[in-house]
This record gives sequence, C-alpha cells and structure tokens, in this order.
Amino acid sequence: MTALRVERTECLVLVQDLGRPGWAHLGVPPSGALDPRALALANRLVGNSEGAAGLEILLGGLGLVAEGSLRVALSGAQLPLYVDGRATPWGTSVSVPSGSRVEVGRSRGRLRAWLAVAGGVDVPLVLDSRSTDTLSGLGPDPVRIGDRLPVGRAGPVPDGSETAVPDPEAGENAVIRLHLGPRDDWFTRSPLDAWRGADLEVTPSSNRVAVRLSGEPLVRRVDGELPSELPSEGLVTGAVQVPGDGRPLIFLADRPTTGGYPVVGVVDPADLPRCAQLRPGDRVRFTPAR
Amino acid sequence: MICRPVGDHALLVQVDDARSAVATARLVHELASGADGLATPQDVVPAAQTVLLDGLRGPAQVAAWRERLSAAGPSDLHHGDAQRGREVTVDTTYNGADLDAVAAAWGCSRDEVVERHQRTEFLVAFCGFAPGFAYCVPAETLPEVPRREVPRERVPAGSVALAGVYCGIYPREMPGGWQLVGRTAAVLFDPARDRPALLVPGDTVRFRAAP
Repeated sequence: MTALRVERTECLVLVQDLGRPGWAHLGVPPSGALDPRALALANRLVGNSEGAAGLEILLGGLGLVAEGSLRVALSGAQLPLYVDGRATPWGTSVSVPSGSRVEVGRSRGRLRAWLAVAGGVDVPLVLDSRSTDTLSGLGPDPVRIGDRLPVGRAGPVPDGSETAVPDPEAGENAVIRLHLGPRDDWFTRSPLDAWRGADLEVTPSSNRVAVRLSGEPLVRRVDGELPSELPSEGLVTGAVQVPGDGRPLIFLADRPTTGGYPVVGVVDPADLPRCAQLRPGDRVRFTPAR
Repeated sequence: MICRPVGDHALLVQVDDARSAVATARLVHELASGADGLATPQDVVPAAQTVLLDGLRGPAQVAAWRERLSAAGPSDLHHGDAQRGREVTVDTTYNGADLDAVAAAWGCSRDEVVERHQRTEFLVAFCGFAPGFAYCVPAETLPEVPRREVPRERVPAGSVALAGVYCGIYPREMPGGWQLVGRTAAVLFDPARDRPALLVPGDTVRFRAAP
C-alpha cells in the first residue's frame, strides 16, 4: 500500500480537502483548506481532482518517507522542499522514488503551505470530507510522528502545461476587502471609519477558527433601539465579529456555525487566502469591497 | 421578512422566533426546488430569530432570494410546517444536579419539574455551539431558566439541560452553563450514522423517564 510515513513534525500539519459545507444546520463547521485555491492548484499539478485531500502545513518543518513511488507538489507559502536532500522547486510536480525522504523546511515568511500527493491522502471520510475540524474535533487527528498516511491511486501524470505563480508577498500590511453588514448598525461608527488609518494587529491567539485582531475597539450604540444581546445567528466564513471588548476577529473555516455577537462585515472570499497567511504581528487594514 | 445580505454569497432573514425560523427554513427548501431561478443554498441555518442562507452563487442569487423572501410574510409560513421532521423520544434519567434550581425557576417541586418536562412536547428549532447540539423550544411556554452563574468546566455527555427558553442535550463532554435536569444514554451525534444528528431542526422531541 502506498503511504507517506511521518518521521518529523515541528509544526501543525493537518489533512485538509475542500471541507464539508452543507452541515451547518447541525452545528458542523465547513472546515477545509484555508486557501482552497492553493490546495486545488497543488492537486492539479499532481494530476488529482481539485478536492483531493492534502496536507496543510503551518510554518513548516515536516519530514516524510515515501512508501511507494509518489508525486507531490507544494503550493501556498514557498517553503523549502527537498527530496533526499536535494532542493526541488515550489509549485511544480516532483517525483519521489519509493523510500525517498521528503522534507518541507521552515517558513521564511508566509504562514501556510499545502502539499498535495498524487492519489490524495486516503484517510476515512467523515461527513463526506477528509478535513480536520479543529473546533469540533471531526475528521482525522493532526498528523503525528509515526503516522502512515495512506495514499490513493494516482491518476495520469498531467502534461505540465500549468505553471504555478506565487501570490505576491503581502508583506506585513494586508489590505482586506470587507462587505459591510449585517450588524454594522450596532456601532457608533462604521468599522471602516473607526479603523481607517489605524491598523489592526494580528494577535498570537489566532488559528483556523479565527484571526484575532487588536486595535481600536468599536463602541456599541446604546440608544435603546438595539436589544442588549444579539440572539445567536448563523455565521459565514470570513465574518468579522466584534465581541464585547470591541476588538474584531475574522472567522475562518473552522468557525462556529452560529454566534451571539454582532458581525460588522464579511471578508471578500478573494481575500480569504490572504487571511490564511496572517502571522502574529502582521497588520490588517480593511477597505470597502466595492 | 427583513433580509440583509451577508457578503456576496449569503442572506440573513429576520423572523419573529425560533419556531418561525424552522418554518422559514422549510419554505426556503420548498422554493429552492421550484422553477423560480432560486438556486438551492449550500447551507440553510435556522437560529433563534433568523435564518441564514449561505453558499449562494453570487450577488444575483442573493438579490433574487432577498426579493422573494422580502415579499413573504407570516401567511407564507404554516407553522405546522415547522414540525415536519421526525418524532424522537429521549429516555432520560432525571438525576440532574440542577433540578432544584429549575424547580425554583418554575415555582414547583423537583418531582413536578420531572413530570412537567415529560409532559412537554419540544420542537428542535436549530443547532449550534457544537455538532448535534440542538436548541429545543417547548410547544407551551415554560418559565425561563437562568443560566448557571458559574459554568461547569465539564458537563457529562448526554446531559439534558435548560437555559432561557430552551432545552438542549450536550452531545459530548464539554464546558457548559446550562442547568442540568437529567442525562440520556442516547448518542446525539455520530458522523458515521446515516442520520448523524439525533435531533434535526423540525423534529419534535419528548423526554421520557428511563426506568
């Protein structure tokens, strides 16, 4: 049986595909790769369907041994990639002979990368997905030393006509497009006004559930027209919620399905991949989506 | 119904209460299967006073759903439609640690709490907080029960609990601030089952004292 044997992990490595949307009415988050386009790209490069399960690598530092010959491709952050100690390029399909070591080095910049393997990571489906849900614990456990990750049957080798282009480096300041609403009327100022010219900073308590930001707190209106408490209502991925302390957070793929604090806006889906790369200390500036 | 776009791919519909939310979610499913150009949302999420339509294809679909649902009113919602799910009986051992607190909130004895809880038909209104955690509303109004001042760090899996106007069952061991009246051995959520959640919005639930 073809597999990837895990010899070293210095970071959080999770199995992710495109998630399990459609179960929110039962309280199940959608999960899935935080940058679905990057996973889809890596999958296409190795000849997989876009939704095949791969490995989401946070910060880097992963050592694998190929049991059986494999093809892999790395997308997202341009982490150093080695096969049997030889540097191999990011963003392209790489052949890994049986018994060879695959090393993904530490990040020099961006936060997350996705490693696809031809045939996909073939762990059991849970609610039609192989994604790990870090909020509710559904799906496979995080990848650990000693794991043997089964690999499915590889498809034909792609013709190599697709070229991966790395995203431009966002640097320390990310501009994120925000669609205002539905509860921006709960606050004394529009969030875009309140946060204009005052960057919000990513805090270390950020993860796949949410990017948490520090900065100018938003102040709630207290004119008596609003209920004192917002009854829980459905959340979307990318929702920017403002809890009691006024400091916003951006909900990502492992977010709860309902929330009781007002959502002032939603990150445009095209900017969610940027959110997947936000490191503590990075600054965020919201701008109107249209 | 007031509808607010949520980004370019979702719509939040305001309704009067949890029962209306279930009926509205059913209306959405019925409209989606018609020929009005209203595509089925990826998720339809009822909650306490809203229904979220998520995973719509784009702004045109958001606008189409907004137009159709803004024109809908209470007459479109048949509250009988709220209860078109299954009838579920939950065998419960009524040994909850907070029976006295519930008795105080309801103004009756512990035994009367147990009896009245079993007499009440509940509607599964919505889920949230954890997979399979269903917020159930009584068919007849019950007195509200305040949450515990200090939540417990660990509530046993299967705990039957009350808070506010809701009754819920903790699907697994987790922290919680609801008042515990009993415990069931029923499995609330198993992703490997055909029907992963025991309690689905639209189901009706009755609790029965286990022997």
